[in-house]
Amino acid sequence: MGLLRYVAVRAALIVPSILILYTIAFLVLRVLPGNPILAVLGTKNIPPEQLRQLEHELGLDKPLWRQYLDYLWNALHGDFGKSLVVRGRSISADLKERLPATIELALAGLLASLVLGFATGVPAGLRRGTKLDTAMRLYGSITYTLFIPWLGLLLQLVFAVWLGIFPVSGRIDPTVGLHPLTGFYVLDSIIERNWAALRDVVAHLFLPALTLGIVLSGPYTRLVRNNLAAVMESRFILAYRARGVRESRLVLHALRNALIPVVTYAGLQFALLLGGAVLTETTFDWPGIGTYLVEKIQYRDYPAIQAVVIVFAALVGLVSLLVDVVYALLDPRIRY
Amino acid sequence: MQTPRPGRLAARLASPLLARLSASSLAKAGALLLAVIVAASLLAPLISPYSPVEPSGPPLQPPSLRHPLGTDRLGRDVFTRILYGGRIVLWVVALSVALSAAVGVPLGLVSGYLGGRLDRILSMVMDAVYAFPSLVLAIALAAVLGPRPENAAVAIAVVYVPTYFRMVRGQVLQVKASPFVESLRALGLPTGRILRRHVLPHIIQTVMVVFSLSAADAVLTEAALSYFGLAVTPPTPDWGFDLYNAKGFALQYPWLIAAPGAAITLLALSLALIGEGLGETARQGG
Repeated sequence: MGLLRYVAVRAALIVPSILILYTIAFLVLRVLPGNPILAVLGTKNIPPEQLRQLEHELGLDKPLWRQYLDYLWNALHGDFGKSLVVRGRSISADLKERLPATIELALAGLLASLVLGFATGVPAGLRRGTKLDTAMRLYGSITYTLFIPWLGLLLQLVFAVWLGIFPVSGRIDPTVGLHPLTGFYVLDSIIERNWAALRDVVAHLFLPALTLGIVLSGPYTRLVRNNLAAVMESRFILAYRARGVRESRLVLHALRNALIPVVTYAGLQFALLLGGAVLTETTFDWPGIGTYLVEKIQYRDYPAIQAVVIVFAALVGLVSLLVDVVYALLDPRIRY
Repeated sequence: MQTPRPGRLAARLASPLLARLSASSLAKAGALLLAVIVAASLLAPLISPYSPVEPSGPPLQPPSLRHPLGTDRLGRDVFTRILYGGRIVLWVVALSVALSAAVGVPLGLVSGYLGGRLDRILSMVMDAVYAFPSLVLAIALAAVLGPRPENAAVAIAVVYVPTYFRMVRGQVLQVKASPFVESLRALGLPTGRILRRHVLPHIIQTVMVVFSLSAADAVLTEAALSYFGLAVTPPTPDWGFDLYNAKGFALQYPWLIAAPGAAITLLALSLALIGEGLGETARQGG
């Protein structure tokens, strides 16, 4: 019972943060002087009656507080309104199309960063104080400061253009005939048993995931290294050693302990993952929410931008809730 | 008890900072790199005879003796553009870090020290912004404000205020509970003076670490804003923007993307090394 209450309380706390971000986005977007419709259409020669009609259609003639509440109310029911720019296009439909692409990329990037983090952190942790250790720590510092579009571009040039191993951009080759069910192409191709599609999807996913993974792996290197080092010196490892357990099995035990802080850190840094995914998407023409956002910002499509902010805020909130729940499951003392 | 004059206070803060800096080879390397980049940008007219906005040679030339990093599609010298572009980046980063700190640190001090409802509300707002992907918010703000370096600085500043707020507030909460501050209050010292003269110097060391690390982040955020055309308009040189414009030519003219990207990473790296170096010595109880 304690766990349920804890989850409920933590879930309720997400609401204010979504509201705060929605409010900030709403205010910021409305601060722009001038008529948003004119900004979009670009012409100043629309007869005033037609302009008023357009405004009424898009609900822009209502008082600000009314627009604020109406949008919020609709959003709660899953209706994010219609695009200001692409007449009649439902934003919810856009989001439904694009969100899986971003989540798939983010998860792939997370996986890549964990693999790289462990690959660099374990040798460093086992050989502390050596040149290898310093090299790995330098790796961590340098990767964090790589500019994602630059790294992505370089990887594209080397592996996609010059070596031709991977495709340059995009998510899938239309000729493999995948019928997306969930929107997560990796999952969908497995469901359909379309192995050609699976190969193609993974190939498209590889470079963007690698780019994201490299840049985000640095903190994991340090985390794994430090935790591994600490555990290897602990008493219970000493006890195992005294009993003659093989070194490799000891390392495996120690790694399991290092996994917990890594997982929690991954959850906490989810916002960073999303931000990195946005940059990666624009570099690789990945049809996700990142490219959607950049497009919409260029066209000043306010309702779409508000929708993206709400969705991102909700995502981050959900992930931090997940992290808290995992904590509570692991440590029964943390309940309300 | 004599309270130090402002000048003396600054000097008293600077010397342990310098000591900590020289104690870490990581920080020294970072500081050296940073100094080189700053000097190169400031001394640009002395280093390069060319103009960053006027063509000075045939377009799309590979690196040569005349043009060490080649020329771009409009015939402008790439090396010169990198040098002058550095001025824009440094200006935006310096401005945004100063603004963030100017807003975040006092707010964190006051909120942490006074507590109560103000603290709860402020913390909730700051936490919400902090948890949100900073790049997304910065992009939205910069797009609304318009493509000027100062606007980009404001957009970045807003996004990093919570970082300073949270860090300062956390430190204040720690210090607040100490017997040292309790005795000051018992002596009847006004809150403002306690904060300024006694609490602040204690936390300034941690602030410096966060300063460097968030400056490194700000470089990358500025590069991203610039990449999306939200920081400058042509023909102003800016690293991110130049990188974006060179994308189409990258296949045949790879030096066009090597230079701006490397510059961004080197500047961010120098700041990150300083921050990490300072942090290391802080942890060792320096």
